[in-house]
Amino acid sequence: CNKDLDQIPSYSANAEVVYKTAASAEQVLARLYATFAVSGQTGPAGSPDISGIDEGFSNYLRQYWQLQEITTDEAILGWNDGNLIYVNTLQWNADNEFVRATYDRIFYEIGLCNEFIRQTTDARLSERGVTDSDAKLIRQYRAEARLLRALSYWHAIDLFGGGPFTDENSALGVNPPYYTRQQLFTYVENELKNLDKGKVLLNPRQVYGRADRAMRWTLQSKLYLNAKVYTNTDRSADAVVYADSVINAGYTLTPTYANLFLADNNTTGANEIIFPITFDGLRTKTYGGMTYLVHAAVGRAVSASSAGINGGWAGLRAKPQLTSIINNTSATDSRKDMVFTRGQNPNVDTIGVFSSGPLITKYRNVTSGGKPGSDTVGDFPDTDFPMFRLADVLLIKAEGLLRKASPDKTTALALINQVRARATGNLSSHTNDLPALTGDGLDDVFNERTRELFWEGQRRTDLIRFGKFTSNYNWPFKGGVKAGADVPATRALFPLPTTDLVANPNLAGHQNPGY
Amino acid sequence: QSTGSVSGRVTDSKNEGIPGATVLIEGTSLGSSSSVDGTYSIQNVPAGPHTVVISFVGYNAVRRPVTVVAGQNAEVSTGLTENTTQLAEAVVVGYGSQRRQDLTGAVEQISEKQFVKGQVTNPEQLVQGKVAGVQITTGGGAPGSNSQILIRGGSSLSASNSPLIIIDGVPVDNTSLAGVSNPLSLINPNDIESITVLKDASSTAIYGVRASNGVILVTTKKGLQGDAMHVNVSSQNSVASAYKYVPVLSADDYRAVVNQYGSASQKATLGKASTDWQKEIFRPAFSSDNNVSVSGSAGAIPYRVSGGYLSQQGILKRNDLKRFSGALNLSPVLLDGKLRVNLNVKGTWIDNNFSDQSAVGNAVSFDPTQPITVDATGAPTAIYNGAAGNPFGLTNAQISRYGGYTEFSQLNDDKTISLNTLSPRNPIGLINQSRNRSTVKRSIGNLQLDYKLPFIDGLSANLNMGYDIQRGRGTTFVPAEAASNFNRQGVNNIYAQDLNNTILEAYGKYEHTVGPGRLELLAGYSYQRFENRNYVFADYRANGTELNPVSLSYSNQDTYLNTNVLVSYYTRLNYNIQDKYLFTGTFRADGTSRFSPNHFGYFPSGAFAWRIKGEEFLKNSTAISDLKLRVGYGKTGQQDLGGNYYPFLANLTLSNLSASYQLGYNADGTPRYIRTLRADQYNANITWETTTTYNVGLDYGFFGGRFYGSVDLYNRKTEDLLNFVNISAGSGLSNGGTYNVGSLTNKGVEVIANVDAVKGDRFNLTVNANATFNQNRLTKLTGADAPGDLGQPTGGISGGVGNNIQINTVGYASNTFYVNQQVYGTDGKPLQGIYVDRSGDGTIDSKDRYRYKSSRPTVILGGGANMTYQKLSLAFTLRANLGNYVYNNVRSNSFYDISTNGFVPNRNREFLDSRFNAAQYFSDYFVENGSFLRMENLTLGYNFGEIIRKGSNVSVSLAAQNLFLITNYKGLDPEVIGGIDNTIYPRPRTFTVGINVGI
Repeated sequence: CNKDLDQIPSYSANAEVVYKTAASAEQVLARLYATFAVSGQTGPAGSPDISGIDEGFSNYLRQYWQLQEITTDEAILGWNDGNLIYVNTLQWNADNEFVRATYDRIFYEIGLCNEFIRQTTDARLSERGVTDSDAKLIRQYRAEARLLRALSYWHAIDLFGGGPFTDENSALGVNPPYYTRQQLFTYVENELKNLDKGKVLLNPRQVYGRADRAMRWTLQSKLYLNAKVYTNTDRSADAVVYADSVINAGYTLTPTYANLFLADNNTTGANEIIFPITFDGLRTKTYGGMTYLVHAAVGRAVSASSAGINGGWAGLRAKPQLTSIINNTSATDSRKDMVFTRGQNPNVDTIGVFSSGPLITKYRNVTSGGKPGSDTVGDFPDTDFPMFRLADVLLIKAEGLLRKASPDKTTALALINQVRARATGNLSSHTNDLPALTGDGLDDVFNERTRELFWEGQRRTDLIRFGKFTSNYNWPFKGGVKAGADVPATRALFPLPTTDLVANPNLAGHQNPGY
Repeated sequence: QSTGSVSGRVTDSKNEGIPGATVLIEGTSLGSSSSVDGTYSIQNVPAGPHTVVISFVGYNAVRRPVTVVAGQNAEVSTGLTENTTQLAEAVVVGYGSQRRQDLTGAVEQISEKQFVKGQVTNPEQLVQGKVAGVQITTGGGAPGSNSQILIRGGSSLSASNSPLIIIDGVPVDNTSLAGVSNPLSLINPNDIESITVLKDASSTAIYGVRASNGVILVTTKKGLQGDAMHVNVSSQNSVASAYKYVPVLSADDYRAVVNQYGSASQKATLGKASTDWQKEIFRPAFSSDNNVSVSGSAGAIPYRVSGGYLSQQGILKRNDLKRFSGALNLSPVLLDGKLRVNLNVKGTWIDNNFSDQSAVGNAVSFDPTQPITVDATGAPTAIYNGAAGNPFGLTNAQISRYGGYTEFSQLNDDKTISLNTLSPRNPIGLINQSRNRSTVKRSIGNLQLDYKLPFIDGLSANLNMGYDIQRGRGTTFVPAEAASNFNRQGVNNIYAQDLNNTILEAYGKYEHTVGPGRLELLAGYSYQRFENRNYVFADYRANGTELNPVSLSYSNQDTYLNTNVLVSYYTRLNYNIQDKYLFTGTFRADGTSRFSPNHFGYFPSGAFAWRIKGEEFLKNSTAISDLKLRVGYGKTGQQDLGGNYYPFLANLTLSNLSASYQLGYNADGTPRYIRTLRADQYNANITWETTTTYNVGLDYGFFGGRFYGSVDLYNRKTEDLLNFVNISAGSGLSNGGTYNVGSLTNKGVEVIANVDAVKGDRFNLTVNANATFNQNRLTKLTGADAPGDLGQPTGGISGGVGNNIQINTVGYASNTFYVNQQVYGTDGKPLQGIYVDRSGDGTIDSKDRYRYKSSRPTVILGGGANMTYQKLSLAFTLRANLGNYVYNNVRSNSFYDISTNGFVPNRNREFLDSRFNAAQYFSDYFVENGSFLRMENLTLGYNFGEIIRKGSNVSVSLAAQNLFLITNYKGLDPEVIGGIDNTIYPRPRTFTVGINVGI
């Protein structure tokens, strides 16, 4: 009866079976995308991917968004959740659970991608006897997995600088070596150059929501735009090259700005959105992601029904610095409509009180036709998160043109005005145009990025690139001071979490300065 | 000559002579021992009055006055009664039983006479406070509520800390079953004869596999060979009621507080009523526990048949439990005494009506100025956008849309109403608008055959085949209008789970005299299989329409079957030299399906006992009636990872439909949702957790056995802890996993003392007490030495998301509180947000937290007394925990929150002291000393005796439970599993009238 000690469940799958067909390999690939959206396999909560922190709270998109936004002039979040307040005040330390959750989600995704890439080498495929058409599809999936891994590594470079490095050649259970920010940058740069060898990735706009060639170009342009911050070498010209590739791929700006953030943005915004994180009220449920972005911003006079949900969480508000930039445009600019001030204190006098600060009504679970989303209960939105979209790329190109060795201010101004024209609700009208750039034009790009991309999870990166994150620019409670105060320049990077310094001896001595 | 002699005969209850009894003339050195026929004679006794003391091991000593006349013989003959609570008592141990005097390990047996009386509906309550080293904490006062049983502090961290429970040879399953909170509630305590607790490794190691947290052996009642038929009928009828409530603001205090601190919109939410929600949700609860048993011997077949019916109300309205139970035992001895057969079948059926227990917490936080239902004038007393009354001209349908219950809503700009999803829910609505029922069935049975083999003297074979089958089925119904599930239009769901466990055991035993002593050798094999089948169902609205479809498994099944198999080989050797030197050695090899391919773990133990009393120099002492020193060592294992059945397996988990991801579109233009496959974290090297126990014990008895007990010292070290630890980022398929990392120790002392204070014809008084000192320490938590490691945060609290108040750190007890040190003003009140800057860096943050106390008691005391005066008896049981700290989560949530919109939750009266206006969750101000003394039970009984006929018995009793609770703790009850008090279902005070008729 000792044989009976070998028990395996009949209801689950193992790698030998799963990677035999493209159909089931696609299910594993879907999971690599889903990491950004959901927090586990049960939906909305249960069977969590990571542990040690509330599942929904630690969702990838939710935490990434939070580190990028509530640390800045754009948003504040006043809940009594552990050390959340120190994320708002730029006073986090290496024990901060939200910093840790972001780090853990990033490296979770990298580990999951590694496993997929490891299991889908040509050698493994032929071992399992995978046929030609299936093998071809799986090769495409493998390139997508590499691209998603590069996306997460970019997040790691941006938020943490250097960090542990693993790829498909790393063994499970072995502590990874430490890579510097420069090393990770070089790795990601090469990956992005090489992963589409043989043109295996999908063409731009071919399938909605996939990590396709345009997604790769966008990621490359973002990597190069910030290269000066990451590696102290300006690569703006490269950023322009890849932005151009995207712009030439046939994307168009969605006529109505607001539709990009509504329940049916997967159709109304499909021509502009290059890479979304998709959500669905019935099929992709989470307490992070868009559920968080829609619910947390609703409360007081912003009614739940206007957001297409059953109740707000009364958490997220804006800071007055953001609303003053948004409002500093022409009267016809529709982006101003997303600032809601009725009954709110326009200033942020208290972190923990929801009435303190303007509200933002950008993300909503209603369709462009005004109908609520598919979840009749009103919990989970259909709205997709537009992670990369054309307007962003236009502004990247504009900024690259202004930053590169021989600036091209004329084209940059035209690109900025292309984005501004859409905000009036009429792409051909140019009533909202900037007449000319001021000085080197960088302030104009900065302000336009603010107006166009506020609350889209880009702010911290932008502020750092424009030299406004740790000093030169302050907002309420920055540095723990109500009026706002400069913080040490080392706050531009988050600390490696203590938990990982403890778990991985290879990180010893590599904690970011200032922690 | 001034001496005479004393002689006589010492007999037992059957009037047969007892050889070897000690007879002493008190106060002299004169004495004798009885001969083969029980007679004795003592010469040269000085004339005059004397007291003769006659004693024998296993019997109650007898003292008789005698007057010796010079030159004459005085006769003192006496019968000795067996002292069944003492040395000769058969104590149930692993795979057999032993005389108490032969035990080498730390074993404590509590039998029926010593059980806690009164309204005892779960077996573990029978011994609560009775056994040293055993901490039993009930989850609350709900019928059938779960209990936490910790023996010697618990030796695991992530793995189960529950002891192994074996009922009549069938190890019962710890797995929780859908529809029942406590699997033990399926055992009728009225069928139990004795409960034995094996505490040290030398006694538990024979069960190696699951023995690290101790073993509890439950033996049920049996018929007696040759006995006439007895019928026993008992009925216990009780009333229970809440006697203490969480101290919250009264309606008037609440009004004053909101008016003083609230925003304009909050003030507008105030209602005009005064509702004490906690009084509204509770009721006096009646229960009736009725049992019948018939036992005796039908020819050569002893039998016992019993049936029970328990109908127990909870003090929470609509909460009740009905239990039907039956048991059959046949224990014939066949083939000239060579074959002993023991057949047990037990069956239980429980109908649970859970009510909605979230009402308990909502009753604490719901606004006391609101009425239960919308008031008679038709005006909505619930709050619409901060305006009370009906200024918006709402329709009656809108007003009473939650079934008439007051609930917080808000009026939208478009004049529609939406429920306030953040506010508490109406507690009465929760109770009345839910029907949460389950039916749970369980049967445990086994057939045990013990055959004395012919030809070889002393050799016997034992076969045990048993099963434990459970079925849990339940339904949840919430009407569409109920606020608790309003947005999803109610609930109409079912759930189901099956547990099928089987056991096959065979062992051989050989007893023989070898050299100077008696050898007993036992070797056996055990096979156990645990099958846990979960059914999945779609999720339905109240009207039966499907809200969420069912997610079938990867193999397209609607069930998920998990299996755990244990295969074991074990052996034990006992060697007894002249009842003085006792050796025990055991060895068990255990294989589990949870670890693969390294299934097996090996668990040895050894013990030695020296019965000092048996030595010549003590043999005749009456002052020292028993003295035995025990020394034991052993290793035990743990593999129970709860729901984690295949931790070694590289597997992929299929997502539910609701965790799918869209990859493009189908040909027809609909989104293409893919159920994803996740590569799961696994640990191919996972293996046994091992606990090494050292135990030194001393059994003592003084004054002819009138003062007896034991003292045990133990040191338990658990290594290779099955521990959920962080793993380095990128190296695995999650950020943490279960690894054999870390170690912890439990060190402690257990003292048991029993005193037969008064022994007389009419009045008897016995007092018993036990004390346990346990110190739990984590000695290692990570694989490598890791300076700067904070430890693992644990102990989630209510308030905020993901806030942990405890931490596991090396050098501290597990679950130590990790808090900021509060600073107090000159008036002694805590200063909001002001903490000691322990890190000295000028800011107050998480780095300033410190480790402060633990929820584990340092001392556990239990004790009681039994008094009888003729036919009247009085007994009580007291329990105390000392040094256990509790995080009062109800108090820490009692700050005034200006930002709640459209409602204000009620607050603990704490607010009137601290007046905090922001959460101070991490303040040590809320960590309170939870030491307590509880009057567990007080029973007054009267035994009418043989009033029906000879051999019959009629008795009545009056019992009170939870008569008082002495504590400085500011909450409802400091006895909270885990030490975080977030309101528990109150433990009621219960009065029980019982009658027992035996004929």
